[in-house]
Amino acid sequence: MKYFPLIWSNLGRRKLRTVLTMLSILVAFILYGYLAAIRQAFNAGVSVAGKDRLIVRHKVSLIQPLPQSYKQRIASIAGVAETTYSSWFGGIYQDKKNFFGQIPVVPEEFLSLYPELVLPKEQRAAWLATRTGAIAGRTTAKRFGWKIGDKIPLQATIWQPKKGAPTWTFDLVGIYDGIDDSTDTSNFYFRHDYFDEMRSIGEGQVGWYVVRVKDPNHAVEVAAAIDAEFANSNAETKAETEGAFVQAFAKQMGDIGTITVAILAAVFFTILLVAGNTMAQSVRERTEELGVLKALGFTNRTVLGLVLGESCLVALLGGGIGLLLASLLISRGDPTRGALPIFFFPTWDLLVGVLLTLGLGLVAGAFPAWQGMRLRIGDALRRT
Amino acid sequence: MSGDGNNQVLVNVRQVEKVFTRGSETVHVLQGLELQVRRGEFLALMGPSGSGKSTLLNLIGGLDRPTRGAVEVAGDDLAHLGDTRLAAWRARHVGFIFQLYNLLPVLTAERNVELPLLLTHLNRAQRRQHAAAALQVVGLSHRSRHYPRQLSGGEQQRVGIARAIVTDPTLLLCDEPTGDLDRQSGDGILTLLQALNREHGKTIVMVTHDPHASARASRTVYLDKGQLSLAPPP
Repeated sequence: MKYFPLIWSNLGRRKLRTVLTMLSILVAFILYGYLAAIRQAFNAGVSVAGKDRLIVRHKVSLIQPLPQSYKQRIASIAGVAETTYSSWFGGIYQDKKNFFGQIPVVPEEFLSLYPELVLPKEQRAAWLATRTGAIAGRTTAKRFGWKIGDKIPLQATIWQPKKGAPTWTFDLVGIYDGIDDSTDTSNFYFRHDYFDEMRSIGEGQVGWYVVRVKDPNHAVEVAAAIDAEFANSNAETKAETEGAFVQAFAKQMGDIGTITVAILAAVFFTILLVAGNTMAQSVRERTEELGVLKALGFTNRTVLGLVLGESCLVALLGGGIGLLLASLLISRGDPTRGALPIFFFPTWDLLVGVLLTLGLGLVAGAFPAWQGMRLRIGDALRRT
Repeated sequence: MSGDGNNQVLVNVRQVEKVFTRGSETVHVLQGLELQVRRGEFLALMGPSGSGKSTLLNLIGGLDRPTRGAVEVAGDDLAHLGDTRLAAWRARHVGFIFQLYNLLPVLTAERNVELPLLLTHLNRAQRRQHAAAALQVVGLSHRSRHYPRQLSGGEQQRVGIARAIVTDPTLLLCDEPTGDLDRQSGDGILTLLQALNREHGKTIVMVTHDPHASARASRTVYLDKGQLSLAPPP
């Protein structure tokens, strides 16, 4: 610590250069934070997906419906604990850009299958008692300023009502939370019986089934049994674990993890060159001073430590402020207004970010520090 | 060139050769050089440019190593000290005063003087106390919070001297300490060095071109073509 004032003073030697270097590192770490949050958003479904849940959809594609009558047959397959069905509504709330998931479900079955959604008892009871009732996730309720008792109108895009204007109106009877940050609280759920009763087409058909298996270790066998049950029918199925389903869904956009790592690698390599060049330049300018320090009795190792310390301090300050800003900005929520419902800066990535700042400082300062360490006093002083 | 050889010899340079290689060219800067400096002596080392004065000073201060021969200071044979021990030895025994002061521009006078004390076990308060005392010796207590750019050349050299004496070293090595100063400021520095020698008993080896400066020393030797002599070269 006694060398800290010396290291700190050196940062003020060329203030503009130091500030610009720190800013470049800062921006890189804000980007790192956002990419970590985006990757988390895409992977969250996979990581939190119930290990004991299967998604059963039409073999051709998710948008092809399945008969509602499959429910009993699925329930009777060995290894199935419970099952329910859902559909995709795809309505518009006020404006197309106000995207959020709208899904008709069977409330009792749905809540039983998704214990990670926390809904107060009285709200649950209200939902079961109200055919037009709906529940919204906290994120979406906060986003639009909804409160219980509000009427929520959704303009139909696929499912036109049997009569009247093409608008469905729901009574908001509950607002659910997630058991942790990684639970998606952006969706809007309403009752499938009301949906069936009111829609002009598609009666008796559902979007997909959710199945809870008795033993997660046999999930693959149960999925195979379900597909076998409906093989050669008009609506063949594809059953898979929820994790695989979500992952496949995410991969429709590409391998987000690889894309993220590729972008970060390019950014950090560039920043490494910038910071390394700055440190090398800084050490070159101070050759005589390093020679003087050595003449005064500073050892090669101490000089090495001073240069590395300076490099790490620049990286830690720039990176630290960058990570802090990233945390603050990300905590404001999904910047896409709905496309990334689970959007937060994971603690693990934050810790990795801190280690990255330190690593960046060490790597950027390594060569200049080695040069400083190897500097011969006589040569350094002869430059004056 | 030999001294009296008694046990008061602080610096003993024996049969020292220093050879520099620049590309394919080999330059013999010092050849079989002998020099003894007694404890408490103020020695001026004169000679033309390129005669090897600074090289000899660097060898005595442990900044460089001879190609052949031995340099002993305060009983320590510098050739037998590794880089780390040599650095610690310099910190303990030698104070350097440079022609261009070589202060760190980002530190105040007080912090510059404190630098060598970072290598000791003194705590912060003790370091500040010692630095203040050294600045007082050179008459710059009132400028302790100023940065080098805010000081005149003479004042900067005084800070350099304070930095050199703050650890109370055995030996002060001065490389053209007045070379970058006007006559008046240079006189002030020489008077200060004389006082350090006479009143504080510091042994000083000073490289200089200036006969006026060498006149302040208790003994002057001349270096030319790698050899020492008592008389100036013709």
